[in-house]
Amino acid sequence: MFVTPGYAQETAPAEGEAHTQGGTHPAGEAHPIGEAHPEGQAHPAGGAHTETGADHGSDLFPPFDSSTFPSQLLWLAITFGLFYLFLKKVVLPRIGGILEVRSDRIAQDLDQAARMKGEADAAVAAYEQELAEAKANANTIGQQARDKARADAEAERKRVEADLDRRLGEAEASIAAIKGKAMNEVGTIAEDTATAIVRELVGGTVDKAAVAAAVKSAQG
Amino acid sequence: MANDPIHQFQIAKLIPIEIGGMDFSFTNSSAFMVATVAVSGAFLYLTTSSRGLVPSRLQSLSEMSYEFVANMLRDAAGSHGMKFFPMVFSLFMFVLVANLLGLFPYFFTVTSHIIVTFALALLVIGTVIVYGFMKHGFGFLKLFVPQGVPGILVPLVVLIEVISFLSRPISLSVRLFANMLAGHITLKVFAGFVTSLSAFGAVGVFGAILPLIMTVAITALEFLVAFLQAYVFAVLTCMYLNDALHPSH
Repeated sequence: MFVTPGYAQETAPAEGEAHTQGGTHPAGEAHPIGEAHPEGQAHPAGGAHTETGADHGSDLFPPFDSSTFPSQLLWLAITFGLFYLFLKKVVLPRIGGILEVRSDRIAQDLDQAARMKGEADAAVAAYEQELAEAKANANTIGQQARDKARADAEAERKRVEADLDRRLGEAEASIAAIKGKAMNEVGTIAEDTATAIVRELVGGTVDKAAVAAAVKSAQG
Repeated sequence: MANDPIHQFQIAKLIPIEIGGMDFSFTNSSAFMVATVAVSGAFLYLTTSSRGLVPSRLQSLSEMSYEFVANMLRDAAGSHGMKFFPMVFSLFMFVLVANLLGLFPYFFTVTSHIIVTFALALLVIGTVIVYGFMKHGFGFLKLFVPQGVPGILVPLVVLIEVISFLSRPISLSVRLFANMLAGHITLKVFAGFVTSLSAFGAVGVFGAILPLIMTVAITALEFLVAFLQAYVFAVLTCMYLNDALHPSH
């Protein structure tokens, strides 16, 4: 047994344990073959070695006891074989099926979600278009109202201006008439005044026609 | 035999059976193989019986182990490797549950016997060899001749590759076996310190606190090792199967 020395080292402390416990260690229990065991290595009880020598057969380190191999191999083959078949035929197809159904379902749900998102996007687009149309309408109406108001204001202004112009014209005409009349009277007054002045200065009679002509030429 | 750390590996016959002079008795080891298979089989079967679209906790545990092994195999051996999925999954679950069951006090650890781990490793390597030759014929031997090696080095490299291939079943089985064996012995030794120290009265009980803490800590470590070794076994199985599927490097 190629690992016996290593094994001996590992078990040494525990062996000591057992002995300090007060000799409850039955002869040879679980003691390795013993041949490779160095004399006195961690062996407080000197008798241990001779004791173990007594009963060799079942005394191997259990994992290296080849007499148990056929039984272990047979039962491993039976149990592992059945386990393999059970998993292959029943369990793995079932778990695989569960996972497949779930991933299908998730893919389906994702598709549905994508479709609904598309619908929502379309609704948003339609809403926005309507909103834009309504805004355009509102703008048009507002523009019309503004234009109409501006046209009305313009017409009113023109009417008022025309009125004012007319009145202005009338006033100017009346001023001109008054002025003309006044000027005429200025001529008469000047003739009278000139006649009076000439009479005072020169005496005698004054030719009315000559005075009028002189006044007229002075008036320009 | 409370304090003997080797006692836990003893095989006891429960039902003696002898066929043709060979001992095929139903032993405690056989009983725990049956228990391993029954526990893992029943767990996988019962937790998935409702086939819930939204899984329960236990069902998702089964599904997680399924997807864990499936991803492991797909990563290592590609989608062609999925034909070996039942085998890899069975190996993983068997080793994992056997390791975990072995952590219960007074329970026998099936995987602490080298013949069991060696048989499982031979199953893997046997599958690799049989499938490799079936699929590729003698082209499977290209596995031992890496491309791009200078001609003069080819014999040496082939020798190394052959040795490495032959050592695979040994390393695969010894790794699992030795981890289980050493862990259980360590656990038992520290637990033994607790009982033997506490036999010395008050001082001994006080002194037993440290090994008790160690025992708890090692138990936690052993749970990690139990999972890790099952994982390593399954991953290496996947990588070896990849060689059978794609022998040219």
